[in-house]
Amino acid sequence: MEVIGRIHSLESFGTVDGPGIRFVVFMQGCVLRCQFCHNPDTWDPAKGEEYTVEQLMDEIRKYKSYMEFSGGGVTFTGGEPLMQAEFILEVVKRCKQEGISVALDTSGFIWNNYVQEVLKYTDIVLLDIKSYDPLVYKTVTGVSLAPTLKLLEYLREENIETWVRIIIVPNLMDDLESIRELSNYLDDFTNVSKIELLGFHKMGEYKWKELGMEYQLYDTPEPTKELMNKVKEILKTNGKNVVVS
Amino acid sequence: MREQWYGFKEGSWTTDINVRDFIHQNYTPYEGDDSFLVGPTERTKDLWEKVLKLMETEQEKGIIDAETSKPSTITTFGPGYIDKDKEVIVGFQTDKPLKRGIMPNGGIRVVKNALESYGYVLDKKTEEIYTNNRKTHNDGVFDAYTVAMRKARHSGIITGLPDAYGRGRIIGDYRRVALYGVDLLIQDKEREKRLLERPTLDSPEIRLREEISEQIKSLKELKEMALSYGYNISQPAKNSFEATQWTYFAYLGAIKEQDGAAMSLGRVATFLDIYYERDLKEGSYTENEIQELMDQFVMKLRMVRFLRTPSYNDLFSGDPTWVTEAIGGMGLDGRTLVTKSSYRFLHTLYNLGPAPEPNLTVLWSVSLPKPFKDYCSKVSIDTSSIQYENDEIMRDEYGDDYGIACCVSAMRLGKQMQFFGARANLAKALLYSINGGRDEISGDQIGPLFAPVTSEYLEYDEVMVKFEQTLDWLSELYINTLNVIHYMHDKYNYESLQMALHDINILRTEACGIAGLSVVADAFSAIKYAKVKTIRDESGLVVDYEIEGDYPAFGNNDNRVDQLAIEIVEKFMNKLRKVKTYRDAKHTLSILTITSNVVYGKKTGSTPDGRKKGEPFAPGANPMHGRDKSGAIASMASVAKLPYKHAEDGISYTFSIVPKALGKDYEDRISNLTSLLDGYFYDSGHHINVNVFDRETLMDAMEHPEKYPQLTIRVSGYAVNFVKLSREQQLDVINRTFHER
Repeated sequence: MEVIGRIHSLESFGTVDGPGIRFVVFMQGCVLRCQFCHNPDTWDPAKGEEYTVEQLMDEIRKYKSYMEFSGGGVTFTGGEPLMQAEFILEVVKRCKQEGISVALDTSGFIWNNYVQEVLKYTDIVLLDIKSYDPLVYKTVTGVSLAPTLKLLEYLREENIETWVRIIIVPNLMDDLESIRELSNYLDDFTNVSKIELLGFHKMGEYKWKELGMEYQLYDTPEPTKELMNKVKEILKTNGKNVVVS
Repeated sequence: MREQWYGFKEGSWTTDINVRDFIHQNYTPYEGDDSFLVGPTERTKDLWEKVLKLMETEQEKGIIDAETSKPSTITTFGPGYIDKDKEVIVGFQTDKPLKRGIMPNGGIRVVKNALESYGYVLDKKTEEIYTNNRKTHNDGVFDAYTVAMRKARHSGIITGLPDAYGRGRIIGDYRRVALYGVDLLIQDKEREKRLLERPTLDSPEIRLREEISEQIKSLKELKEMALSYGYNISQPAKNSFEATQWTYFAYLGAIKEQDGAAMSLGRVATFLDIYYERDLKEGSYTENEIQELMDQFVMKLRMVRFLRTPSYNDLFSGDPTWVTEAIGGMGLDGRTLVTKSSYRFLHTLYNLGPAPEPNLTVLWSVSLPKPFKDYCSKVSIDTSSIQYENDEIMRDEYGDDYGIACCVSAMRLGKQMQFFGARANLAKALLYSINGGRDEISGDQIGPLFAPVTSEYLEYDEVMVKFEQTLDWLSELYINTLNVIHYMHDKYNYESLQMALHDINILRTEACGIAGLSVVADAFSAIKYAKVKTIRDESGLVVDYEIEGDYPAFGNNDNRVDQLAIEIVEKFMNKLRKVKTYRDAKHTLSILTITSNVVYGKKTGSTPDGRKKGEPFAPGANPMHGRDKSGAIASMASVAKLPYKHAEDGISYTFSIVPKALGKDYEDRISNLTSLLDGYFYDSGHHINVNVFDRETLMDAMEHPEKYPQLTIRVSGYAVNFVKLSREQQLDVINRTFHER
């Protein structure tokens, strides 16, 4: 039987999820329940629109010129795209055949044979470590950090280029000591070519309301520029390329 | 070789009038970056300060001053200055900066109304002469219009027609004056006229002989006008200053004689660069002096003014003049036509700040030098003042020495002109199809009487058949209307100086246009993929529609509807092609509304796509506001599919994006915009206006216009000062799709 993917939405002009201009596929469904999530409408795996591999490839192909000129490609994000690793595997295989670069934006929580296969066809992984403190991680996402770090190690073994993404949420995920530890930890990972520092924002707040869910970070401010720069400096100490966005 | 041509390489340009050959024999392609550019000189800064003050007064009063008696000709006015000592490039249309001249050959009523709307009174004698003794273009047209033409014009199914004002969209090859001097051009015209001493003279030859005589007269007047400023332009320009000043004089002559809707400049930067490079090399000029020439030349171009009526401004807001300059592009031999002066021209947007005019148009090719592409992207991000057009597809058709008239109309310089035809409102045509030729607002029978749709729900096949019938009628009426207009324009308001700067045998195009393409495409898509219910008034006229279900909308890169848009363009174009044109002009079509999309929308009832009565259309070929939901590129990609071969007069697309969506940082934004343009043009997109700013900026500018005197935005095909738009138009711009993710 043909494998079907459930897709939340498609974006033809992505500029913040990987190098160059990206065609961004927002996959439906997520296992994490991050308090700061700005796409909670992607959580429910039963929602979204169904696509066959060929239907999605038809969409992706339309943007080949833009990908080529910009050094971009397609990015799978979500939701947690690896919840549908079987579907993604079929798509990324086709992408590789057609010379389309693949980026995978994942929490790293899911691991299985399909995931392992998907990674063979992935050019770059955007790994959302979010927070290096296991307790904090568990509190804000609802799941354990360990699988994510394990994936990072696997990516190093396979020498797959990785951008690590960290999010700064004031009063929740802004402990500088933990940032320092993460910085030291990442020092050993030569496959990590960039660290992206994301500041918490409330642009997804309305979606929580629409979904009838309680938004816990209602009173949380966005991080100050000073804080972001402080974190940036710490992360830079080990010579990594750090970008604030 | 003329002595003024020292240092230049000979070619066929030395014996024939051939500016293109001169350029290709002598220009220096530049593949480096912008680091050589310099700031404005003190003189330029002082002068520009003064101009800004004048413009401020103008913004308050509407216009600064107007002539009320003497019709403007090339020589009507003596010299005018702002500050003679600081002006490097000189010349104004009238005797004072920003003072508006009158050109009643187009129509005396328009002149009178325009003057009155600003509190001026037309001199009685002048009015009398142009009412009783000298017939105008406008009078001629209305003598010949048929009843059907008057009705179509009144209902607004064909609008914006140049039947009461100058048609414009003609570009004289102003460079010829600098390269050859006026005497040589006169000699050449006299030679051409002698060739028309044929055994039998019939009307085409007689007309041509008369036209050439007019051309020669205007060239003589041009010399006289330049002399009043103390310059003898009978001989070729001998240095950088003269080349710039002579070129400007030629253009100035044209805008003293004509107030056409669009008075474009052509493609002068790379031409002038040849003089600049020669003089820089021999050390007679410095980079500062060269940039000063450029800045001051552009300053003058920013001060071009015409007297317009308020209704004209409703249609084309912000007092546009379309002094369009085409920059860059590639040569047929594969060398880039980018020179240092391509940069210098764009750099005026920094030295003098952003501005809507001149209408800077970059001819884009994937093969342009990378540093130049990135520089253009940077200028767009910083100023939102430039537009881009596809050099690859235009070079195929027009060679490598074409310019852009108005917004998107390409034409070979000195070898081609167009009969400007404004546009037909296809959304209204669709409504006529449904209502059996009756106008949906007045209820009047405007189109031919045929059976209206009587069913409750619209059927795709039925509506399409009726739409085709309507288009058959409309295309005949449209072309015949244009034939009347251009016959009369040639007769009563001939552009003698602009045509003097053309070859004798030129290609004329009959430039028709479409408004409301995305409305019609979406309407057919709704009829096909959703259910569209008609709502009728007591007389049975369909006045509104209810849509049940979803339909694919144009602007999402969805072939189901994009294909419909393509078919509509091709169908209409092929129908136009069947109708004979005046002077055997070649039929062309544009998908361009300028800012008239607001006015057309006002005059059009509810449409089957869900648009309500009076709501604006999307501008040009843009998808309807808010319906392009798949991101910026999906929207661009839908537009890029529209067939240029059936819309050779240009396909306009306006793109607005917030800086953040373009990339994380400034460098990313530049490289992403460059890639975006590469992708769009590689995929055969024809034109794109690029605006990069936040919605909040515009909202603030609406409330505090005084803070944003130079805020420039691109609307379809040209740029305007945002603060000069009407509130309605400002809202239209703000409500337009902004790509924000």
